[in-house]
Amino acid sequence: MSETEQAGEEAVGTETLPLDAWHRAKGGRMVEFAGYWMPIQYEGIMAEHLWTRENAGLFDVSHMGQLALSGEGAAQALEALVPGDISALKPGRMRYSLLLNEEGGILDDLMVTNEGDQLGIVVNGAVKWEDIGHLREYLPDDITLNHRDDHGLLALQGPKAVDALARLVPEAAGLVFMQYTRAAWNGHAIGISRSGYTGEDGFEISLPNEALAAFADALCAMDEVKPIGLGARDSLRLEAGLPLYGHDLDEEIDPVEGDLGFAISKRRREEGGFPGAARILGHLEGGAPRKRVGLLVDGKLPVREGAKLFDGNTEIGVVTSGGFAPSVGAPIAMGYVPRDHAVPGTAIAAEVRGKRVHCTVAAMPFVPHRYVRKQGG
Amino acid sequence: MPRYYTEEHEWIDVDGDVATVGITDFAQSQLGDIVFVEVPDTGAELSAGGDAAVVESVKAASDVYAPVDGTVTDGNGQLEEDPALVNSDPEGEGWFFRMTLSDKSQLDGLMNADAYKAFIADL
Repeated sequence: MSETEQAGEEAVGTETLPLDAWHRAKGGRMVEFAGYWMPIQYEGIMAEHLWTRENAGLFDVSHMGQLALSGEGAAQALEALVPGDISALKPGRMRYSLLLNEEGGILDDLMVTNEGDQLGIVVNGAVKWEDIGHLREYLPDDITLNHRDDHGLLALQGPKAVDALARLVPEAAGLVFMQYTRAAWNGHAIGISRSGYTGEDGFEISLPNEALAAFADALCAMDEVKPIGLGARDSLRLEAGLPLYGHDLDEEIDPVEGDLGFAISKRRREEGGFPGAARILGHLEGGAPRKRVGLLVDGKLPVREGAKLFDGNTEIGVVTSGGFAPSVGAPIAMGYVPRDHAVPGTAIAAEVRGKRVHCTVAAMPFVPHRYVRKQGG
Repeated sequence: MPRYYTEEHEWIDVDGDVATVGITDFAQSQLGDIVFVEVPDTGAELSAGGDAAVVESVKAASDVYAPVDGTVTDGNGQLEEDPALVNSDPEGEGWFFRMTLSDKSQLDGLMNADAYKAFIADL
């Protein structure tokens, strides 16, 4: 028996994260991911996934790059590289955006936060060094870019996340989805946003490295919180219809093809002035030739990344993420198909080990988002 | 009935000229939650070390190899309905397939229970 697919790559020069010993002590099974040893699971992906949907799961996402831009005109400067309306972002608000190349292809997806005195940016761990290089190259010299590698990032996700976190940091309960605040915990300056990548209500908490273990312990001491590994993080985000960079998005794919048109702000659509604007605005206007879609898979056979998609005998696209969806109770996938096949309900087939598996194009998310957008709402 | 083990974490129970094959408890614990099993068709000709079955966990697909040469006589149809049997009873109800043995001398190259225990202790 041997694994034909692995979460990690070859473990050469793999680095450890600040919570490495903490994960191992909790029984985390460590794999190489994005250049770091990370826990793929503790008690099991299925149990961890379902726990997060019903309670609160604690994820260590310290492999992600935490950056800060400061200097006069930082928002306008960043707008030259992303299609979001960063200038309109009020203090304490955040937004999802995309780092684009000259052709409009996606170099990374990221979160931008107006922290008041600076712009906080969180980028994917696997491409953070490329992102930093790109930002340093293209931003004006009077904009300062800091890599906050003395900070780790934890995500607390699930319907009980707010109760758990508010016991440690009462300010958390006052935030709504995509809001940010600075706070203090045990004398440490921390940053909290009500955001995440599971489709559930939840938070991301940025802390100094030296505070991470004590904070994680304080959360996991609560009945509703368990540590959750990368495996469940992947199945949760897949069910939430959220793309994973390097799999569902890459440099060849533009935001419209990636079904991320919402990330191109209204003012930017009118004014342009972002990389690849001609291609992207053209696709917004007339439709992209291909589109990222969700796929419901017939039967039980998982359809995974790399599976070819067919309409009859014609190859029409490829699966970019897929697997068993614990909350759906069936396999699901996402992938790219031509525009005329992107309508929900379209019947196509995926090829797995020479066999055809029937799939239906489906609207995403597969599991409804449960973000808290209004206080008391 | 002697039971043999492979370095690829299959077990094989031999009863005369027929053998039953599955994956070990160690293998299922490494894979985690099993969500799909593809067993070989009856009549399939297998050769030692070649692909015989596929087991899919939430995270990944893994190949299961034939421990010896032979012909498949029976696949475990229960795994289609209940793939989690491989997690709950990997070395019993969660068997994968039965096969004839073309060359019994191939069993000499496999491990017994003690040797396999020592083998996984070193992993």
